[in-house]
Amino acid sequence: MSQTEANLAFRAGQRITNGVDAFGDFWLFAWRTAVWTFRGMGRRQNWWLLMPELFEVGYKSLPVILITGAFVGMVIAVQAIEQFRAVGLEERMGAVVNLSVVRELGPVLAGIMLAGRIGGALTAELGTMNVTEQIDALRSMGVDPVRYLVVPRVLACFLLTPILTLYADLTGSLGGWFVSVFQRGVDSGPYWDYTEQAVDNFDLFSGLFKGFFFGAALGLISCYKGFFCKPGAEGVGRACTEAFVTSFIAILALDYVLAVFLQAVSEKLWGFRSLL
Amino acid sequence: MSTKPSDNGPIIELRKVSKRFGSLPVLDGVDLALLRGQTTVVIGESGTGKSVLLKHIVALLRPDGGEVYFRGERIDDKSEAQLVAARRRFGFLFQLSALFDSMTVAENIAFPITEHAACSKEEIDEIVAEKLRLVGLDGLQSRKPGELSGGQKKRVALARAIALNPEVVLYDEPTTGLDPVRADVINELILRLRRSLDVTSVVVTHDMTSAYKVADRIVMLQGGKVIADGTPEYFKTTKDARVRRFVDGKADAEDLSVLDM
Repeated sequence: MSQTEANLAFRAGQRITNGVDAFGDFWLFAWRTAVWTFRGMGRRQNWWLLMPELFEVGYKSLPVILITGAFVGMVIAVQAIEQFRAVGLEERMGAVVNLSVVRELGPVLAGIMLAGRIGGALTAELGTMNVTEQIDALRSMGVDPVRYLVVPRVLACFLLTPILTLYADLTGSLGGWFVSVFQRGVDSGPYWDYTEQAVDNFDLFSGLFKGFFFGAALGLISCYKGFFCKPGAEGVGRACTEAFVTSFIAILALDYVLAVFLQAVSEKLWGFRSLL
Repeated sequence: MSTKPSDNGPIIELRKVSKRFGSLPVLDGVDLALLRGQTTVVIGESGTGKSVLLKHIVALLRPDGGEVYFRGERIDDKSEAQLVAARRRFGFLFQLSALFDSMTVAENIAFPITEHAACSKEEIDEIVAEKLRLVGLDGLQSRKPGELSGGQKKRVALARAIALNPEVVLYDEPTTGLDPVRADVINELILRLRRSLDVTSVVVTHDMTSAYKVADRIVMLQGGKVIADGTPEYFKTTKDARVRRFVDGKADAEDLSVLDM
């Protein structure tokens, strides 16, 4: 092996160990967050830390979530309606639009919107606190920064992503209905009848269930990236980008895993359900 | 407790502490014992590990080798939760002040008190006012850190560091970035705290005026090792070339060689 090859192999090896290291660090961080979440529940002081985060993650994200949901529903309707009309099935539009929104697009897009809106802000906030030694200051005062900073933020994401998903579901189905019925002249009555036939409580539950995972993932990833970001404005900027990209991939990957899992559960309980 | 703290032994002890970041060795077997009630100033060029040394004293950083003791008890191997009791006895003034910018001045100073002591709202307000008076900033309680000047931030940060009446106060470059007059205000504060609260202080700095003014003892770090240790008098008179070069601020031929292109 030549010198450069050896060097290349060494650096590749180093990258892999660094990656494995970071992965382990992340799970350790997640574990500490979980431990502090349960340990901190008894202290009223901690609940006061949660309130502003709930406001930030939930209330302030509501407008973007509502808008995202509405456009998603409208776009699906626009894309699908001509195909359905061609085979004379346009009354079944409701089933398709609402099922896609409730099962997949509502939770995934709500998660991604939150990863952008909240994740970026969390990473930047914690990253700046890290580079200006505020996190060290907390530790030096005997306050665990995971309990004080991370738990309320992750908990707010975990609790509110499913609820925001419901809002995205709501405007998504209204958007699809608006396009189908008012713009493309589908009958409103059958539209909702087919929706009722197709969309089960379990579908709604699937979306909510995914929301918990997406919320926990984006909260943990964003906090982790901020917590361990490199010094300087560049470090914080890079951490924000990495946090968003990682959250995005994690949400889509989790979505796949959870879809497979939920599908299996659904088939076990009710057998195969035909939509058409 | 089995190890009873003795009153005349060293309050803080570093034994053979070494630390590296990646492949860069920063501390290389530092031995240092700090005496109760003394103000020790750590000097050295930028990047010689002064701040790193300071962070080891409260276990914000853990050594790769060696041990750190506080009041005769080893602290470098303790968990964060176990360190809380020891850390309460410390005040740390960070280089960038590290005030929480989402909180007001009063909330910043009250923070360690609300976290660690059971005090009523009135008691806390009283302590906050007292600490602010001590640093000459009473009346600024409701300001946000963003509305303060650099010197004011340092003084508020100092008020926060001493909120729980610590036994040891650690100063990370307290006068850096301040004009000479503001810097001297900080020096006077360090002296006043030592007199009024009887604290042990460790000051990391490269400001020699400040070092001479506040120090009972000066320690010089270079290449991750202690290369000189003595009274301010010693540093003023020593012939040791490495010390003279730093203390007098004279760049030698080697330092200047980087300028030649």
